[in-house]
Amino acid sequence: MLEQYIPILLLICLAIILAVSFIVLSHVLGPNRPNSNKLGAYESGMDPIGQARDRYSVSFYIIAMEFIVFDLEVVFIYPWAVRYQEFGAGTFWSMMLFIGILFLGLLYTLRKGTFDWDLVHSRAKKSSY
Amino acid sequence: MDPLLFSTLVMFAVVLLFLLPSAAVAVYAERRVSAFIQNRYGPNRVGPLGLFQPFADVIKLFLKEDIIPTHANRVLYTLAPMIPVTTAVITVAVIPFSEHVYITDINVGILFLLAVASLSVYGVTLAGWASNSKYSLLGGLRAAAQMISYELPMGVALASVILFASSLSVVEIVNSQEMWWNVFRNPLAFIIFTIAVFAEANRSPFDLVEAEQELVGGFHTEYSSMKFGTFFLAEYMHIVIGSMLITTFFFGGYHLPFAGYWLPEMGPLAKSILDIHVFLAKVVFWAFVFIWVRWTLPRFKFNQLMRLGWARMLPLAILNFVVLAIILYHI
Repeated sequence: MLEQYIPILLLICLAIILAVSFIVLSHVLGPNRPNSNKLGAYESGMDPIGQARDRYSVSFYIIAMEFIVFDLEVVFIYPWAVRYQEFGAGTFWSMMLFIGILFLGLLYTLRKGTFDWDLVHSRAKKSSY
Repeated sequence: MDPLLFSTLVMFAVVLLFLLPSAAVAVYAERRVSAFIQNRYGPNRVGPLGLFQPFADVIKLFLKEDIIPTHANRVLYTLAPMIPVTTAVITVAVIPFSEHVYITDINVGILFLLAVASLSVYGVTLAGWASNSKYSLLGGLRAAAQMISYELPMGVALASVILFASSLSVVEIVNSQEMWWNVFRNPLAFIIFTIAVFAEANRSPFDLVEAEQELVGGFHTEYSSMKFGTFFLAEYMHIVIGSMLITTFFFGGYHLPFAGYWLPEMGPLAKSILDIHVFLAKVVFWAFVFIWVRWTLPRFKFNQLMRLGWARMLPLAILNFVVLAIILYHI
């Protein structure tokens, strides 16, 4: 069983060697003449204003939370999909129920405007609830 | 032959003789095809028909100055470009080139593919964060949101493939398509999966991560030399990998159409040679489609991208899965 994974291990080593050698070779081969203009952050030729690590939109966090919920759903579906025909009707319909509940949740967040990144549009929509 | 030695040989052949050159050829093909579509010449000076252009580009990139911005996080900044190229190479581990030619056939092949595919997000996101530039950060954030959004429809579409194959092993899935390719049995999942693969590979019309008009270079704005080149290489490797995935899961992998009905029995060697050629022909076709789409469709806006992923493709994929499961359960 486990010996099937040895080629994957070898491949991971080969991939890492390739990736590291690209980076190291270019570092060794290229010239090294730094100056402050080259080393600064690029902001279309202007002097950068402040740091880049600032606050950003909360929408990104909501996407991440939704992703975890539905990714778990997918992980539950996979083993079920392999053997669903042998498990009988009870298992089949309980999986349908599970998918149904999560689907309702998805419809709810959609109606709430979670994925409307168009701010004006989503505010108008929310006020109607 | 000893199976481990065989898979090691296949591994070196696939990575060094196929994957790396194919990325170079894909760069050349993209430039020539785009030139053809836009009615201009494209690169045609270096070697016959410009064929050596990608090699000249790689040599040039190796000889350029390697800059690490002073405000960047040095460790993550150096680590980030290695991740996409590593994951792209690892993905080919479970893809079968013929019934007997593959690096390995593990019984959880699909889970392995999904796990490795989702790792490549880290490269782009870390690059965006570590560069400490506003363009890069925006590109990295977009990449994270986009790639996790499109992974879900992709996963559910693949789940409906498993319904037909009753196995997570990639070789089993290809063999389940010997009579009917999945594209005929399950066309909706095929469309969803193809769109998701385009988004995962950051290809146009989903290339918001590096939308040059608004974000300069997106996540690789601050990268130079072969660090940039590695991102570039990984992007084209992901085109080849994406073509392989579409071929494997929906276009019958190494099987000719309806091969089970009409193809006569062949010796294992002849069958392998035929299979490899069939598989590679399909991969080349899909790589061409990737390029064709880029030079045909305009880019989405970010809100359209999110709405397409969550409000259209995910519900459609789930409904498709449920309907197929009910039909297959009752016949």
